[in-house]
Amino acid sequence: MRIYLDHNATTPPRPEVVDLMTRVLRDAWGNASSVHAFGQQAKAALDEARSRVAALIGADTTEVVLCGSGTESDNLAIRGAAEAQADTGRRHLITTAIEHEAVRATMAALGRRGFRITTVPVDDSGIVSVDAVRDALSPDTALVSVMHANNELGTLQPIAEIAALARDAGALMHTDAVQTAGRVPLDVRALGVDLLTLSAHKFYGPKGAGALFTRRGVRLAPTLTGGRQERGRRSGTEPVANYAGMGLAAELASATLTDEPARLAALRDRLEQSLLHALPDTLRNGAESPRVPNTTNLSFAGVESESLLIGLDLEGVAVSSGSACSSGTLEPSHVLRAMGCSHARALGSVRFSLGASTTDAAIDHAIAAVTRVVSRLQGVASGGGR
Amino acid sequence: MRIVVAMSGGVDSSVAAALLAEQGHDVVGLSMQLYPQGDGADAQKYGACCTLDDLHDARRVAAHIGFPHYIINFESRFSDTVIRNFIDEYVAGRTPIPCAHCNSDVKFAELLERSRGLGASALATGHYARIRTDAEGRFHLHRGSDHAKDQSYFLFSLGQAQLAEALFPIGELDKATVRDHARRLGLQVAEKPDSQEICFVPDGDYAAFVEREAPSRMRPGAIVSRAGRVMGMHEGVHRFTVGQRKGLKLSASEPLYVLKIDAAAATVTVGPREALAETHLTATGVQWVSGTGPDAWRPAAAQIRHRHAAAEGRVRVSDEGTAEFEFAAPQSAVTPGQAVVFYDGDEVLGGGWIQ
Repeated sequence: MRIYLDHNATTPPRPEVVDLMTRVLRDAWGNASSVHAFGQQAKAALDEARSRVAALIGADTTEVVLCGSGTESDNLAIRGAAEAQADTGRRHLITTAIEHEAVRATMAALGRRGFRITTVPVDDSGIVSVDAVRDALSPDTALVSVMHANNELGTLQPIAEIAALARDAGALMHTDAVQTAGRVPLDVRALGVDLLTLSAHKFYGPKGAGALFTRRGVRLAPTLTGGRQERGRRSGTEPVANYAGMGLAAELASATLTDEPARLAALRDRLEQSLLHALPDTLRNGAESPRVPNTTNLSFAGVESESLLIGLDLEGVAVSSGSACSSGTLEPSHVLRAMGCSHARALGSVRFSLGASTTDAAIDHAIAAVTRVVSRLQGVASGGGR
Repeated sequence: MRIVVAMSGGVDSSVAAALLAEQGHDVVGLSMQLYPQGDGADAQKYGACCTLDDLHDARRVAAHIGFPHYIINFESRFSDTVIRNFIDEYVAGRTPIPCAHCNSDVKFAELLERSRGLGASALATGHYARIRTDAEGRFHLHRGSDHAKDQSYFLFSLGQAQLAEALFPIGELDKATVRDHARRLGLQVAEKPDSQEICFVPDGDYAAFVEREAPSRMRPGAIVSRAGRVMGMHEGVHRFTVGQRKGLKLSASEPLYVLKIDAAAATVTVGPREALAETHLTATGVQWVSGTGPDAWRPAAAQIRHRHAAAEGRVRVSDEGTAEFEFAAPQSAVTPGQAVVFYDGDEVLGGGWIQ
């Protein structure tokens, strides 16, 4: 029995999505820019995909730029907004200490190119300080980028409040909603954002498809130049099958948004409470509320997440940690460090993220496996041997 | 039985893992990432073994045979123990042997603990060495069957507790047979060359490595004769090893060898080859495989570097953690910092660090 509790990393594409993509790959293989019937067939699939994505987030169809990934969408939003305004003198960007690398590294790159970057802190529950954003805003602020939900903790950020502040200051507001789009009800007008990033593979769509909501009237410099696809904002022949898969996944996701969040929250809470009670000195990282319903992040005393991840995988339970990158350096999660967690607690953090396949039985299995593996690791760490 | 196999990506540990899997064991491959990887300057600095390519090879072997494999990050552990010791020893005028420290301070320490944490009953490596169990259930460490490849010298620090959980699946095999197994099992690493250098100094330029890592600790000094006459100058004692002849840049009528290195005075003493001969050595940090060493002199052979044919003599414990050895015939280049390992035939009695 294998239990997948890593839905914040990626989700399995729905069978209907795979079927549609296969069909599009086979039958609608034309170049969507072509005039002829082959091109028109591809274009029709593309248009439908765009409408479906727009419907998921309450946007107008013309406001959706399709692209290759969440990372690309973040890059287009940040680089595109920064470059489009650079000649107006707005060369200041605001971001937070808990963003995904796609935003962090992009901000850092712009910082090296002379843009002024302000990184606002979070409190010890992993929520961005609205006051800090207010203080950071200045007349030359071009863009504020704050993620909607943090990928490691699941904590929801006060986007609507921050977006209102940004608007008052004449700055654009971007949110990376990769962890929320298709998972919780989301409306770009209610959030009041100018730019919003989503990624198909986080809501049971394919890898290789993402989108950037770009409110009508927002100017973006393209990050990919070429054949002027996507109204010149994202050149490159459209991967129609990927986009079609994203569109269908978005539509299917919309239908789950009434019941699925509550179902996942109940399972998540049971997992969390059981582990907090079964294993002494276990700590939850991040606020209990507000956060997305599928995520919990826990630190187990005296246990490094690297060993726990391996031990759990050998028991058939797939989880992840924000800290370990096996092909890079082992650094504690920047998110947990930003919250003020100790080095040891940060290195011991494990993220459980639930999804469509998560059943009551899966949670039972996971609770038993985590309890067993953590107890064994704690026994070894305390010199108990085998 | 669950067995963790430490996999470097080379043919030996790959075959060790594959053979255990073939025997039906629940094999889990672990590869240690020992130094920073990536495309930056750091990556240029390191890496002949356990590079990303090697870890990739280990992963492919695991996928091919069909057992789980994980990369674990041991950068800070490796840096704090093996690399730090390597630099400290060179700066102190000694010649370190990092592979032995890696076995004692990393593999059969933290990696063994990690293996236990994963519920494994044993930790296997691709070393050429053999473990025997006697009638009383005590463990004995022997040279690998392939004496040309024997690595028991690097494993002297393993005591009863470690040997109880260690497995050397290829210890009974010779290298050619190991490669035959690799071919038979279809392992992509079957023809991969053996690694030769110290893994984190792939170009073999140890002095340059030490200078890069500890530039502030370089102290120039004098090269002197046994009589104390200054023969030349040097840029740091880390550039010298007892027994070294090349690179002294001295003009003399006879070949001169490094006899002694005094790091405190930053002085390197040189002299003729015959002055290198020693009949006695003292070792510290001594560990005995059985747990205790001989209080009275006992006959033994001492191996004083990796490629040295163990020399006969006698050994005894001189103090807690210290041993002395008397050679039957004088030995050339007894080099401080290297390991001395005491053997009785093929069996490792124990060993320590030459003073």
